[in-house]
Amino acid sequence: MSAAQPDRAAVVVDRLVKRFGTFTAVDGVTFGVDRGEIMGFLGPNGAGKSTLIRMLCGLLRPTSGRALVAGLDVAREPEAVRQHIGYMSQRFSLYGDLTVLENLRFFGGLYGVEGREFAARSSWALEMAGLRGRESTLASELASGWKQRLALGCAVLHRPPILFLDEPTSGVDPIARRAFWELIQQMAATGVTVFVSTHYMDEAEYCHRLALIHRGRLVGLGAPEVLRRHALRGALLELECEPVGPALEALQAAPGVLDAAVFGSTLHVLVGSAESACAELPAQLAARGVRCTRIRTIEPTLEDVFVQQLGAGAPQEGAPP
Amino acid sequence: MSGARLAALARKEMIQIWRDRRSLWIALFMPIMQMGLIGYGASLDIKHVPVCVSDREGSQASQDLLKRFQASAYFELVGNVADDRALTAAIDAGRCRIGLVVPPDFSERLRDAGGAALQAVVDGTDDNSANVAIAYARAVVSGYSADVRLDFLRQRGLAGQATAPLGVEPRVWFNEDLESRAFIIPGVVAMVMALIGALLSSLTIAREWERGTMELLISTPVRPLEIMLGKLLPYFGIGLLDAVLCAAIAVGWFGIPFRGTLAMLFSTAALFLIVVLGVGYIISVLTRNQLGASQIALLVTLLPTTLLSGFAFPIDQMPAPIRLLTYLVYGRYYVTILKAIFLKGAGPQALAAPILALVAYAAAIGVLAARAFRKRLV
Repeated sequence: MSAAQPDRAAVVVDRLVKRFGTFTAVDGVTFGVDRGEIMGFLGPNGAGKSTLIRMLCGLLRPTSGRALVAGLDVAREPEAVRQHIGYMSQRFSLYGDLTVLENLRFFGGLYGVEGREFAARSSWALEMAGLRGRESTLASELASGWKQRLALGCAVLHRPPILFLDEPTSGVDPIARRAFWELIQQMAATGVTVFVSTHYMDEAEYCHRLALIHRGRLVGLGAPEVLRRHALRGALLELECEPVGPALEALQAAPGVLDAAVFGSTLHVLVGSAESACAELPAQLAARGVRCTRIRTIEPTLEDVFVQQLGAGAPQEGAPP
Repeated sequence: MSGARLAALARKEMIQIWRDRRSLWIALFMPIMQMGLIGYGASLDIKHVPVCVSDREGSQASQDLLKRFQASAYFELVGNVADDRALTAAIDAGRCRIGLVVPPDFSERLRDAGGAALQAVVDGTDDNSANVAIAYARAVVSGYSADVRLDFLRQRGLAGQATAPLGVEPRVWFNEDLESRAFIIPGVVAMVMALIGALLSSLTIAREWERGTMELLISTPVRPLEIMLGKLLPYFGIGLLDAVLCAAIAVGWFGIPFRGTLAMLFSTAALFLIVVLGVGYIISVLTRNQLGASQIALLVTLLPTTLLSGFAFPIDQMPAPIRLLTYLVYGRYYVTILKAIFLKGAGPQALAAPILALVAYAAAIGVLAARAFRKRLV
């Protein structure tokens, strides 16, 4: 089943809002995604990623705003949208009491993939998921990596031009995750548009473009490398200090420091100028009884960008932890 | 409506029923169990009522009378007691339900014109059994008394005038032996079907929500009506199987006559199943969890069907407001239909009214069920 693609835009989202009672889960999000693009939704749990994906799949009705998927309005024609998409939900949602093949057959039946087409597609899915020879294993007995790939197989049986994957790799081991992402990239290379949400920063690097989502708002949008280079206005320093708590307080108050955050056992500090900061900060910290063992300039990671953008996206909340 | 999607759903549901031993047990063994339990338990006939005797006279006449009690299938003499206190103790202890006291001047008064009296002390805690037992006791005594009178008249050469001038000879149709079991068991078939059908279908949609498979199901192009029909189709088959199973137990085990046609049995069972499965399905859609759904299905089905369907308690004898209420109980129509099919061999003409009522019910429930489910998460 291939969709009519009137233009390059696979998905257009315009000021989309979803409220549950008084809680605003998605708050005026706007973006567009081209064919064959891998669009990543990055954000902490509860940021609104799943709600956004569910609206785009026609599972939830938007409170306001508009979303076009494959040129179809998700609020007006959810059934038509469903013909053009494949969806993998956050939770494993295949039938555990059905075998691998029975699950494929079931979804094949629902999507109208039958006969010779089903034979070809299910065979491809089994190969892709590495489940050949395990056709009659119950889905519930598969390890999590295989479960995810079977779910992907079921979601793409009908060759949907647009794929929505909601945290597809949560609970999957790193090797299986890598294999999974290779599959996603292969599909994107054939023109499939892929939406994927994750809270793994390392996975975000696989995406062509990232939407940083926090408290229902879009706080950053761009390619990972672009976000990394341009989102931070200034230089990033990594400090190893003892004790960490007072060090953070001192740094946030120090002149020339734009932002400071704890990263594991170290501190990441965004400064206007790396040279002056390296010269002045150790003395300022020492005055507060903080001993600095190491200070160096580092390349910003997506996590740094994200933490920085969160501060910008929710200024009333002050600096994030 | 897509046949392929319907088939995919029905096949999936069948595989799941087959692998879920619990629903298989509910579907196949619960009917057998319930038929047995209710069939044996729900007999309203009173037989072998235990009787204690305090024979103060011990004459030929008193022994003759007591032998008639002994001979009746309704009574069983379980012991002799010496005095009133022992009799009270025996009734209190539950050793007997009736105490018969033969007065010391029984045969003497029997010969007199005034007539003799027999005292019966009845345990009235179960008023229904007590009434029935008293009626039986009266019958035994009046039979005896008629014979005594006949003897008396014969002795005086007046036998010619001894036969009663008028008598009623009842002829009972449809349930010739007036066995309450024959009256009850066809209703039990209806009850079992109502219960099993609602219970099983109440799990269908709730299971998808509970296991988290609903979200994915909604994301596919499947239509709500296809989900409903695809899911209920296997249970429809199971329901028909249960109807046959229950009817076979009723006829083969309990010896209930089956005078109707199988076509009537199947067609009305199918109609009733539409209502029952629809009710369970609506409950399932609304509750979204299996435990809650099955509890509600039990409550909604069991109480009205037991009390207000006329399966054991005749509707004619209910107070008017309750009688009106029974028209809402879909079980009542099917109980009427089944009793008529089993005992009278009734056809569609005779049963037009309850069948039309069920058709109306099926249509209403069908429309509600079809509209109940929306493909949305909230």
